[in-house]
Amino acid sequence: MATLAQQIVNGLVLGALIGLIALGYTMVYGIVQLINFAHGEVFMVGAFGAHFISLYVLPEGVPWYAALPVMFLAAVAVSVVVAMAMERLAYRPLRGAHTLAPLITALGVSILLQEVVRVFYPGATAPLPFPRAFPDGSLAVGPVTVLWTGVLALTVAPLLGAAVHLYVERSRLGRAMRATAQDADAARLMGIDTDRVTLATFVIGGVLAGVGAVLYGIHYTQIDTAIGFQNGIFAFTAAVLGGIGSIRGAMLGALCLGLVKSLAGQYAWGGAQYDYVWVFALLILVLMFRPQGFLGRPERVRA
Amino acid sequence: MTLIAERVSMRFGGLVALEDVSLAVPGTGIVGLIGPNGAGKTTLFNCLTGLSAPTSGRITLGGRPLPADPAEAMRGGVARTFQNIRLFGEMSVLDNVLVGRHSRIRQSLLGALVRSPGFRRSETEAAERARAELAFVGLDPDVRRPAGSLSYGDQRRVEIARALAGDPAVLMLDEPTAGMNGAETAAIGTLIRGIRDRGIAVVVIEHDTKFIFSLCDHVHVLVRGRMLVEGPPTSVRDDPRVIEAYLGTAEC
Repeated sequence: MATLAQQIVNGLVLGALIGLIALGYTMVYGIVQLINFAHGEVFMVGAFGAHFISLYVLPEGVPWYAALPVMFLAAVAVSVVVAMAMERLAYRPLRGAHTLAPLITALGVSILLQEVVRVFYPGATAPLPFPRAFPDGSLAVGPVTVLWTGVLALTVAPLLGAAVHLYVERSRLGRAMRATAQDADAARLMGIDTDRVTLATFVIGGVLAGVGAVLYGIHYTQIDTAIGFQNGIFAFTAAVLGGIGSIRGAMLGALCLGLVKSLAGQYAWGGAQYDYVWVFALLILVLMFRPQGFLGRPERVRA
Repeated sequence: MTLIAERVSMRFGGLVALEDVSLAVPGTGIVGLIGPNGAGKTTLFNCLTGLSAPTSGRITLGGRPLPADPAEAMRGGVARTFQNIRLFGEMSVLDNVLVGRHSRIRQSLLGALVRSPGFRRSETEAAERARAELAFVGLDPDVRRPAGSLSYGDQRRVEIARALAGDPAVLMLDEPTAGMNGAETAAIGTLIRGIRDRGIAVVVIEHDTKFIFSLCDHVHVLVRGRMLVEGPPTSVRDDPRVIEAYLGTAEC
């Protein structure tokens, strides 16, 4: 019983972190119908940005409560700049091209970013320990212990998810995003600058990925250049599970994915080595019966 | 603000859609644009709303050249509706009208994220204005349904409300009564007069000549890309060239 509860908590923490990345996938897809496979790398460079500022810029002995906000800012700044650059330099020139062109470009950008960090970041050829910028120890609830970093992730991720949801539902830019997602031509005719809306979507994705990167680093305590690819695939899966294009769906899909991975690793045949198998088996199963995902809308052919 | 087209021509390859068309929309009143199918009415509308740039000729709004960009034209004060309705079908009716107000709303990203008092005021003001426009066109402002689920006639009204929400000086209506019955057409006529009474200049494209002659202060007749006749409805109605264009000559 205690193990079950513990694994549920572990799964929720992973799900919360994956959810922050999944939001970036789902929002960009909603606006420009592009699976931005390089979004995982936006997350990865954020983690390295925070690592850099903590190791090479902040003086020794800075207390965690001063270091952590600086690391969040650095991660968000790096992620946002990289996300904006890929939109402007790689995707915008391809707008209107065949859908395969931006997809292949996304894969290229993903590999490029991984290699650039691996080659140029000091020591990035091997996993790097992430700065311990949060109190050690854990919160004990009955038999279950939750690391304080997990508590932080479980607090920050849902709050950010709710903020994004509210922003998209009730603000000028959010309405412009929804209008652009539905009919970009009509949105332009209504005076909406759809290029700016697209850029803003990448920026929001970058902010969430940057915050997620720091939360991930302090919780799992080490980072490497592959974390973007690995968690990006999970996040993409979560977005598809929840219904790509749906903001609430992405969070829901990520929590489901985290739970399945964690519980299957504990109880299912094959143990933790096979937890990936069960995650993707779940994806296949859901897509067989509900191809649009939990909260997605059925795809329609537009006239 | 007057919207003026001077000797506007539009060619698509070898096809001449408009040739030397001139038209002036005064700051107030209702201008009608009629003509048989394929006469170039919608092409002219597209030029006058910045959607397409004419091959030659000049379009000015309040003395300044109209930018060849619909978003800029909208900020400049030209709004329109579409022959084939272009609402955001899955968004609520109110959200559709709020999108029409997009270019008049000022919000900062930070203010929106922390939901500052200034941000909330701007959202409330925009929503109040959108509700007022819905009420003005005769729809229930509190309707929560997606715009795509409304009846055809009501969708046209939402489009008009959305266009009005952008504070236009000139409102261009492309076949606002298409597919409507007599009573609905009369109601749209009343609505258009109400828009004129607010001091907004209205340009209407229609097939229904009776509707146009009873509604407009000034009528233009476009035939095969050329401006055939223009003038007050009484003189246009009895012009033999117009009768010929619509009914054919006596010989055939």
